[in-house]
Amino acid sequence: MTQHLLSIVLFLPLVGLIPLLLIPSDQKRTLKLCANGVMLAGFLLSLPLALQFDADAAGYQFTENAAWIPSIGASFNIGIDGISLLLVMLTTLIGFLATLASWSAVEDRLKEYYALFLILQAGMLGVFVSLDLFLFYVFWEVVLIPMYFIIGIWGGQRRLYAAIKFFIYTLAGSVLMLLGILTLYFQHAKEYNVYTFDLARLLNTHMAMGTEQFVFWTLFLGFAIKVPMFPFHTWLPDAHVEAPTAGSVVLASVMLKMGAYGFVRFSLPLAPHVSSEPWVVATIAALSIIAILYGALVCLMQKDWKRLVAYSSVSHMGFVTLGIFALNYNGIAGGVIQSINHGISTGMLFLIVGVVYERRHSREISAYGGLAHVMPNFAVVFAIAMWSSAGLPLLNGFIGEFTILAGAFAVSKLWAVLASLGVILAAAYLLWLYQRTMLGEVTHEINRKLRDLNAREWAIFLPLIAWAIWIGVYPKPHFDVLEKPVQAIVERVAGGAR
Amino acid sequence: MSQFYTAADNLALKPALALASFGCVILLLEFMLGRARAAAARQWILGLSLTGLAVTAWTLWEQQQALDGRRLTAFSGAISVDGFALFFNWIFLAASLVTILISYRYLEIEGEEQAEYYGLILLAQCGMYFLATGTDLITIFVGLELMSLSFYILVGFLRGERRSNEAALKYFLLGVFSSALMAYGFSLLFGVAGSTRLKDIATAIQSRDLHDPILLVGLAVTAVALLFKISAVPFHMWAPDAYEGAPTPVTAFLSVGSKAASFALLLRFFLEPLGALRDAWQPLLVAVAVLSMTAGNLAAITQTNLKRLIAYSSISHAGYILLGLVAGNETGLQGVAVYVLVYTFTNLGALLVVAALRSKVTGRGIEEDLNDISGLAQRNPTYAALMVVFLLSLAGLPPTAGFLGKYYIFLSLIQTGHTVLAVVATLYVAVALYYYFGIVKMMYMGQAAERASLISSSVGMRVALGITAAATVVIGLYPEPFLRFAEISLLR
Repeated sequence: MTQHLLSIVLFLPLVGLIPLLLIPSDQKRTLKLCANGVMLAGFLLSLPLALQFDADAAGYQFTENAAWIPSIGASFNIGIDGISLLLVMLTTLIGFLATLASWSAVEDRLKEYYALFLILQAGMLGVFVSLDLFLFYVFWEVVLIPMYFIIGIWGGQRRLYAAIKFFIYTLAGSVLMLLGILTLYFQHAKEYNVYTFDLARLLNTHMAMGTEQFVFWTLFLGFAIKVPMFPFHTWLPDAHVEAPTAGSVVLASVMLKMGAYGFVRFSLPLAPHVSSEPWVVATIAALSIIAILYGALVCLMQKDWKRLVAYSSVSHMGFVTLGIFALNYNGIAGGVIQSINHGISTGMLFLIVGVVYERRHSREISAYGGLAHVMPNFAVVFAIAMWSSAGLPLLNGFIGEFTILAGAFAVSKLWAVLASLGVILAAAYLLWLYQRTMLGEVTHEINRKLRDLNAREWAIFLPLIAWAIWIGVYPKPHFDVLEKPVQAIVERVAGGAR
Repeated sequence: MSQFYTAADNLALKPALALASFGCVILLLEFMLGRARAAAARQWILGLSLTGLAVTAWTLWEQQQALDGRRLTAFSGAISVDGFALFFNWIFLAASLVTILISYRYLEIEGEEQAEYYGLILLAQCGMYFLATGTDLITIFVGLELMSLSFYILVGFLRGERRSNEAALKYFLLGVFSSALMAYGFSLLFGVAGSTRLKDIATAIQSRDLHDPILLVGLAVTAVALLFKISAVPFHMWAPDAYEGAPTPVTAFLSVGSKAASFALLLRFFLEPLGALRDAWQPLLVAVAVLSMTAGNLAAITQTNLKRLIAYSSISHAGYILLGLVAGNETGLQGVAVYVLVYTFTNLGALLVVAALRSKVTGRGIEEDLNDISGLAQRNPTYAALMVVFLLSLAGLPPTAGFLGKYYIFLSLIQTGHTVLAVVATLYVAVALYYYFGIVKMMYMGQAAERASLISSSVGMRVALGITAAATVVIGLYPEPFLRFAEISLLR
């Protein structure tokens, strides 16, 4: 049981697909119960991963390796280290909460809806646990397909446009990434005469600088589009805004992390020389800082609540990439922690938009005002989410941004100064949003009738709030599991630098 | 047996004999029985053609066992059966089987239930057999003509429909033109070598000056004819019309069977006799491949007819397959084999769904327009879901079979240093996805068409759907045995 725990967690959503498909489509309640049950079981089963994880051990844990396609050297090779552990936990939790949030928000074509979420969940988990690049690529692509349908079928007004834009954009990035992977695979075979996609073996590949450049930049495009980094972010506002609430939550909280994870797990270790070239670092840092500031400024202009949250993702993910390419311990560990933080806080912000949208069917900020009088509990939850996102001390965002800024400061004071401007702007747009929607007099009579959070909605927010406070007050366990893997990456990149 | 017909000859000829005899008997049945009685016996005719395929399968299996990886040369070098030929013949067999399975109901709806139809399919497959096994110009040419003539008739099989007639005429005229070109090219090659055996031609070419104009003209003319058969740009004009006008099962057979056979011939030709001229034809193939991907993909975007869309997409697939030949290393050739294999099942599957759109209720009202597939997900979720699988595979996304084909092609380009080509080829995947998902958009997000076309599902259709879908998914998830098979086939 224990030695297959990781694959059980990985494949549980797909196994859950079988009963779901057998339930007749008109039994809506049973379908919902089934999907929520599978997702909850997935989360509960992933808890032992965290509990049994040994933070002091180097290397991967819960590893499993099985032959898959020996003739091309691809194997079913999975395992997790601290970085993947945090992301896997985030995925199982968010996956469950997003499903729970769909309970009353989605009423048509339920069977397809939940089936797609289960496939999506398996795909995302697969991305975070694969230690074989072929397997990784397969999961990476699998994720796109259900998300296309989720946006396209259950999305808002411009859903068709948003869905295909999302799909084409990310696919273009990932097929180029495939070329990078294949180049690496071929270089390894040239050097060692063994064709393998095994990450551990590919790490031993020595490449000419030009080849490494090619590998790095093709991988970069795949990951940068996913993150998304400026200027590859244009798919994001459309996809996030048009997707149904649960789709936006999963997109923002988990799928964007696939890009950040790709940088940490593949780009830096596989192409350490290029990643540490000064001009490469400077370019990516500049793009990150542009994303931080530009995303924040655009947020200030938004009239649409959901679009504002979407653009705030661009800004916050800029912090993550800035941290990662600071290439020191604080930067990378902060980048990973901030990925989790962004998952928690932006997930909450999208859920909050979902709560009011479900009641009022409007995303216009001006359609609301003074909601705190009508929905006091909701106002409290929103306040916590806002502070967490804005980086207020004692909440998670502060820890992540602080660590990243410390990492960036060690490299360049200018970076740190510019990036901290982003923190200030974030506080500005978030507080202003809060003020416009929550505070003051109730501006629209219709809003007086809105009901406050119900028990199910509380159940969605509470775990996220608890995690946000946990990281904010006592982040040590999170940094503990990150220490070994991040240290290893930093050393590898430093060894690569000339 | 006599020295004119040895045991080896017999073994090499068996599948062709099975196909030809069953084909001819079925062809003559209607003539002998009379129309009315033949129509009454149509289930028996279907059974007879399936029996023909079973016998063919058995003879192929026999060859596979007897060869055990070796090469069997028969008729003093006019035919040679090797792993390569067998690999392609299994593909032809699968294509015929699926075509016959989906044809029965389709012909019933169209009211064109002649027995010749099945006979022609078997005869076309017999032609394909010689295209894959032929190592002599004459054998190859006869095989090619047998296949093409059968297809000319099959494409125009819906006599009452203008589209079908027009398509057949267009296909016939251009097809005959290309056959003439091929005959001309062959005559030049014969002139160079003084023999019709590919082996002798290869030796003759090697011993000659590679800039010999006769040789180059012979190469160019033969190449054009071959490229015409695989519908590569700029020799693709016939494909969209023929695909659109032909009865949908014939479109399926034409798009995979004829294409696979032509690729088998093209591979054998470019690698064996023309191998020495590699420097001359490689730039030509690069241009043709890039043009095919470009024109095929871009034209497909604007199509509103499903069969035309698939026709243009199949032009772009020809471009991808050619890239494997451009790379020309072991991976590239394996890529061609794998690509043809997965393309066969996937394209058959996609066209099968299109064929199923036409039902008894709606009859000929359906013109395979994009709108006809609108809202299919609500009307028939299984067909719609499997169509998504087929389209993903055509686009080349994992975990479907189509990815494997693309994987090998891309890898071979990287191995041989064609990085720019690789980038172009990968980016066209994203373009192709756009139009494939135009179909998905209609199925899942479109409103059900007013003239709701009910899917016509028969046992044969369901079996065929099962075969194609299973192949697409299984090759995608567990490709190992298939890759082994393709690898072994190419070891010569």
